[in-house]
Order: sequence, then structure tokens, then C-alpha cells
Amino acid sequence: MTETINGKTILTTPLSQEDISALQAGDVVYINGDIVTGRDDVHIRVTTEGMDLPADIHGKALMHAGPIVTGSDEEGYTVVAIGPTTSMRMEKLEYDFIRRTGVRLIIGKGCMGDRTAEACREFGAVHCVMPAGNAVATALCVEEISSVEWLDLGMAEALWSIRVKGLGPLIVSIDSSGRNLFEEKKAEYTARKEEQLEKLSRLL
Amino acid sequence: MTLEDKKNRLTDIMASFIGYTAVHLPDDVVLKLKELREAENDPAALSIYDMMFENMRLASELGRPSCQDTGLVQFRIECGSRFPLIHQLKDILHDAVVKATAETPLRPNAVEPFDEFNTGDNTGTGAPAFFWDIIPDDDSCRICTYLAGGGCSLPGQAMVLMPGDGYEGAARFVMERITSYCLNACPPLLVGVGIAGSIETAALLSKQALLRPVGSHNPNEKAAEMEKLLEDSINAVGIGPQGLGGSSSVLGVNIEYSVRHTATIGVAVSFGCWTHRRGQIVFDSDLNFVTGTHTGFTYEKAEAKGAGTK
Repeated sequence: MTETINGKTILTTPLSQEDISALQAGDVVYINGDIVTGRDDVHIRVTTEGMDLPADIHGKALMHAGPIVTGSDEEGYTVVAIGPTTSMRMEKLEYDFIRRTGVRLIIGKGCMGDRTAEACREFGAVHCVMPAGNAVATALCVEEISSVEWLDLGMAEALWSIRVKGLGPLIVSIDSSGRNLFEEKKAEYTARKEEQLEKLSRLL
Repeated sequence: MTLEDKKNRLTDIMASFIGYTAVHLPDDVVLKLKELREAENDPAALSIYDMMFENMRLASELGRPSCQDTGLVQFRIECGSRFPLIHQLKDILHDAVVKATAETPLRPNAVEPFDEFNTGDNTGTGAPAFFWDIIPDDDSCRICTYLAGGGCSLPGQAMVLMPGDGYEGAARFVMERITSYCLNACPPLLVGVGIAGSIETAALLSKQALLRPVGSHNPNEKAAEMEKLLEDSINAVGIGPQGLGGSSSVLGVNIEYSVRHTATIGVAVSFGCWTHRRGQIVFDSDLNFVTGTHTGFTYEKAEAKGAGTK
């Protein structure tokens, strides 16, 4: 579901094809609802090792994140700090992950590549970046940890299912047409880098 | 104080200090981030800076690590040969890391290669990392702490250039990293460059450069000039906070060097994310201390606060 509240675009899971199609690279949104954390090892288990994800994330969101969590199964868990991790590490496996899980929205840090853009176009998903290193502000958007699976992978790599409210800002970096904001930025940066190196070659 | 008392006191202070550096950024980094924010014109970049300052405030207020990736703990140590705990220092810092991991809490990040398990307490084979210098005929101990996060460790690179590549080649080597991998490494970054004769000496110097204060300059005028040229050039690329564009790109560029072989220019680059968790604390032989990075740190206060989460 998509709403506009006080000029902010707020998405609430589950997300439909229409919710996702309406998003354009560069848009800024916030999210409410169910998301799971999953990074390197979760991707490896689901794609390379062919295991079933022990959570239904069809139409929901995945966050590339490894939180700091306190507590236990008995007393419950609390998120102390959480934030997005480098998404590019998952690039090699993300196409298959999106295909297998039906996830609609991926939250991470920095750019992803062509294969993820292809999956976004083919299966109707988006990749968003969230300003990273803001782990306390972000933790305060987490209402509760609903469950944890694959804790044998360690705290950072485990699959945490969390409920969030107002998580963001999320900047759409790859939209469902496959447009990749960072690829466009990179082209600008590379051109400016070459200009600077040309200048430096005269000075160094 | 008995030797055992001294050992316990140093372990406690270092555990508190490591926890404190996970929560509070060093004074020089905060100052530089303020400068960059003031010079920023891009509205999206400004809102990212605002979020960063809001997060710093919340981290201090709630006593929680400002970034969930509290890194691998590294120590650069300049230890006087007569410092009373020189023989115990390695064990003390090991125990301090275990204690800080449990009490702050820090995220357990240390994974044993091949056996592929997380040790759970941020120690393990070669962890924490120690980079030592022994200072002859001195009884103090200067410890730099660094929480090396994964995101900004990823773009690190070293290679050995040929003399014909020159300093221009070294500049290209650094700049290529900036416009590729560094977009993901939480800019504005601190850039540490090491120049030396071979790959490992350059790599160690690049980390040493990263542990120098933001805004400091290499004492060699020509090296300082290269720092300035690189800083201006990288800023002109304008990758902005989080790589989404903005008026600047870096907190600064620090260069450290040792001699190069007549036939080589070893060059390495290490990066620090904007949440650059570096600390420096200096002990005298009675374990009185001063910190060069975190004026807000007091041992008693840290103890009273319990350094835990609220």
C-alpha cells in the first residue's frame, strides 16, 4: 500500500506490483511493516545452496543489514543498532534471490549492478539506499523483532524478521524499469575524475 | 598498586574507552563533518548530514554504538620500553576487547577463516590486530584504537608501481578507487595513503595515515602538497555523503611514507568511513591517562554509565 502523509511517501507491506511500478529512481520513500535482514550468508544459502528461506517475504522487503541485538529466545530480542550494509556484496546472487523469494523492495547501501537491475525489471522489484552509519536513529524505527532464523550464522548474518515504522529515508536507486541511479552518477564521477587527473598530471 | 591491580585497571579503562569510541566520534571528525555540512549546497546531501548529526546525538544520549558495524578492533601501539605493563599489554588489550564486546555491546564480527565460524567476542587468530613500535628509554604508552568496519575496509588496495608511473600513477591508483568502490564505503571518507618500497610496508603505512588526525599534514612539504592536491581533486569529483552527490567527497587525505626501492613505488590506500571510530589514549607509568581524540571521555563517568544500552 502507498500513502502520502505530510508530503512523505509511505509504503506499507505487503507491496503490490502497482506500488513498485509507481516508484522512480531518485524518489524518496519510507516504509512500514514486515522486513527481514539478509546479507552474504542468507543469499548463499538461498541461491548457491538452494535452501528455502524460512520466512515468506513475497511482496515484502529485504534489508541488507547485520544488526546488534541483545536478548535471547526466552526473554525476547531488542535491536540496539541497525543499518544498511554494502549491497554490492550481494550483486552476484541477488537476481536468483529475487526470483526465488518474490521480494519487492531491497534496502541497502551503495550501488548494485546490471544483474540486480535486470531482476528488478523482470520480477517487479526496486533497490533503495538508506543513509548508512546512522544505526541508532534507524534502530528507533524498529517496533519489534518477530523472529530469528539461521542464528547459527552469527548475529550479523542471521535472518531477523522485524516490524518497522517509518524506516527511511529510502532513496530509490534501481527502479522496476531497471534504471540505475548510481550507474548514472558513476558516469558523471568518472568524467570529473579524468578531468582532475589531467590537471594533476601537470602538477605532480 | 600491585601489578595485578594495574593490569585490571588498564583492562577496564581500555574496555570503557573502546566502547566509548563506538558510541562517540572523535572530536576532529565531528568538527570536520560540521565544516563539510556548512559548505554543502545540495539539499539531498544536507538532509543526509542532518541525519548523521541526529544519529550522533541519539547514540550519545542512549549510549549505543553509532554504527551497527563496530568493526574488527585494531591497535597501533607506541609503547615505552620501560612501560610497567609492556609484557602484559597484549593480553590486557585482548581481554579489553572481550569485555567491550559484551558490555557496549559491540557486534561480533571476527570469523575464523577455513573453519568459518564467528568467534563471538571479536578475538581470534591474530585478532585484535596489533601494530607495535617500541620506544627506547620511555615509560609511557600511546595506544591508537580503530574499529575497522567492513564497508570501508572493502575498497582498500595496494600495488607496486614502476618508477616511470610516478606520483601521477599513485594519484590515479587512489582516484580509481574513489569513483568505483568508495561510493559504497560511506563517504565522506578519510583517505589514508602509504608510499613505500613494497606492498606490505605501503599497506601498513596507509593504515597509519588513517590514524592521523583529520586536518593534520605530513611534515614533508611535498608530501603535504600531494595530500592537498589529492584532497582537492577528490572533492571536485563531488561524490557527496553516501555517494549520492554533493559539494565534497572526503574528510581529508593523509599520506605516510618510508623509503622506496630505487626500482619501485609501493602504494596502498586504506579508507575510513564518515563514522571514523578512531581513538587515541596515552598512559603514564602510573596509568594516569589523557586522550587526544575524545575530550568527553572520563573513566569514572564511563563506569558509572555502565557503558551499556538503555
